[in-house]
Amino acid sequence: MSDEIVWQIINQQFCSYKVKTVTQNFCRNEYNVTGFCSRQSCPLANSQYATVREINGIIYLYKKVPERANMPAKMWERVKFSKNYTKALEQIDNELLYWPNFLIHKCKQRLTKITQYLIRMRKLRLKDRPKLVGIKKKIERREATRERKAEAAARLDKTIEKELISRLKSKAYGDMPLNVNEEVWRSVLESDKVEAEEDITSESEVEDLSEKEFVEDDSEIELEDLEDILEEHHEVYFKYGLFDFNYALYSKKNFIHRTKRRIVMLKVLKE
Amino acid sequence: MNSSQIKNKIKREEIHAKKRQDKTRRKMELRLRRRKEEAEDPFKKEERLAKNVPKTLENTREFDETIVEAEDTEVFEDETSDEFSSYFKEGISPKMLITTSKRPSKFAYEFASELIDVFPNSQFVKRGSKFSIKQIVEFCTNRSYTDVMIVNEDKKVPYAITLIHLPDGPTAYFKLSSIKLNHEIQGHGRSSCHKPELILNNFNTRLGHTIGRWLQALFPHIPEFQGRQVATFHNQRDFIFFRRHRYVFKNKEKAELQEIGPRFTLKLKWLQKGTFDKDGEYEWMFKPDLETSRRRFFL
Repeated sequence: MSDEIVWQIINQQFCSYKVKTVTQNFCRNEYNVTGFCSRQSCPLANSQYATVREINGIIYLYKKVPERANMPAKMWERVKFSKNYTKALEQIDNELLYWPNFLIHKCKQRLTKITQYLIRMRKLRLKDRPKLVGIKKKIERREATRERKAEAAARLDKTIEKELISRLKSKAYGDMPLNVNEEVWRSVLESDKVEAEEDITSESEVEDLSEKEFVEDDSEIELEDLEDILEEHHEVYFKYGLFDFNYALYSKKNFIHRTKRRIVMLKVLKE
Repeated sequence: MNSSQIKNKIKREEIHAKKRQDKTRRKMELRLRRRKEEAEDPFKKEERLAKNVPKTLENTREFDETIVEAEDTEVFEDETSDEFSSYFKEGISPKMLITTSKRPSKFAYEFASELIDVFPNSQFVKRGSKFSIKQIVEFCTNRSYTDVMIVNEDKKVPYAITLIHLPDGPTAYFKLSSIKLNHEIQGHGRSSCHKPELILNNFNTRLGHTIGRWLQALFPHIPEFQGRQVATFHNQRDFIFFRRHRYVFKNKEKAELQEIGPRFTLKLKWLQKGTFDKDGEYEWMFKPDLETSRRRFFL
C-alpha cells in the first residue's frame, strides 16, 4: 500500500491512534517521534521513518525502511545509543545519513528530552524524600473508638494516685522525703509500726491453726519460702534496673503482710 | 400465661408493671440482706469480690509468649546490652532535639513548645526546608544528642511522632491523637522546672519493654521530688496515654492530683532497627492482618 493511501485513510477517515482536540490533533502511537498527527510525523503513513525510544532507562534509535515493510516482525531496526550524549548525537548523524532533515532534527530533540528526564529521575531517586502513605478512614474511626474505651478502662487518675500512694508507703521517696507533708509522713511511719506488730500476731495465729488442724496439708507454701521467693524477685529487679515501678517499688514487707493475711483468710474459710 | 399475650392493653400494662416492681424489690432485698451479712462477716465480702470478677479485654487477653515474667533473666540480660544501656548502665543523661516536619503549621509549634516543657534537657530547633531526616540525625549525633523527636503533621494538625534514638537507633513511629494542650485543660496547673518522676504502666511484652525502657531513658535519672511533678506513660490496649500531674499527699491513703498537661495518646505503628531509613529493617510493624482479634495486644 502506498504511503499516500494510508495517510488519506488516517487523515480523512479513521485512525485508532488519533486524539482530536480543538486546536490540534495528537497521535498516541508509541513510535511517533513528535506526538502530533501530521503527514510528516505519522509512523504508519511513512515507509521510511525513524524515532527515539527509551525502554527501562536505555535509549534506542528505531529505524524503519520500505525494504522490510512486508515483514511486520522485523520492521523496526533498533540501535542502542551511547551513554555519552555528544556521541549519541553523532550516532544519529551517522545512522540517518541521507534521511529527511525533519526526522534527523526531531530525533535529536527527542534524544535530548529523554536524556534530560533520565538524569532528573536518577537525581530524584537518590534524594531522601518523604513517602506518602494513605490514611484509612475506617481504621482511624475504629482506633478512635478503641482509644476512648481504653482510656475509660485505664482510669488514669485512680491508677496514678494508687501508684503514688504505694510509692509513699514503700518508702521509695527515701527516709526524708521532700514531697510529703510532715504530718502525713509521720502517720505513714506510725502505721508501718502497727502493721509490723500485726504481722507478729497474725504469724502466731497461723502457727496455731496449722498445728491444730492443717498439719497434713503440705500443698501450701510455707511463709518462709514465700519470703525467700519474694526476696529473689526483688534482687532480680534491683539488679537489672528498676523497670516496672509497680513491681519494683512495692514494698516487700507490705506484700508479705498481705499474702499472710490471705492465707489466714483461706484457712478460716476452710473451717 | 405470658403477660405480653394479654389482649387488654391496660391489664397488660398493669401486670407488666407489677412484675417489674417485684423484680426490683427482690433485688433490693437480696442486696440489703447481703449487706447485713457482710457487715457481720467481712470475709464474706472479700470472698464475693474475689469470685465476682468482670470479664474485660485485659483479663481475657490472648496469650502472648513474649510477655516478660519477673524471673525472665534472659530478657533482662538481653536488655543490659541493648541501645538504651548507655542510659541505664553508663548513666549518660538524655539530651533531646525536638523539631517538626517541613513547613509546619502554628499548632505544631505550640505542641512542640509543650513537649520541650515535658522533657527536661530538650531543645527545639526550627526545621527549615533544607535538611532531610538523615542529615538531621547526622548533625545530632555529632552534637551528642541522645534522641531526636519529629512532630509530623497531617492536614495542619500534629498526627504522628517519629522518635529516633541516637547514635544507633532504634527508630519508632507513633500515631499521635487526642492532643490537649495545657491551657485547654480545665483547672490545669503550671509546670515548674523540676525534673518530674515517672510512672510507666503495663509495658509487659518484649516490645513493650523496649518502648518502656526508651520512654524512661528520655527522662533524667534522678527526679526532683520537691517539685511533686509526675509524668505518666500508661499503656492500655496498646494505646500509650501521657499525662502530667502535680500531686499532694493529703493523708496516707489519699493523694490529690492537679493536671499540668499536655495530654496526648501515642500508638506505636512501627519500630525500626538503626536510625531512620525508609528502606531499613523493621523490627515490628503494625499491619491490619496482625489484628486477628480484639483481645490481642502487642505492648
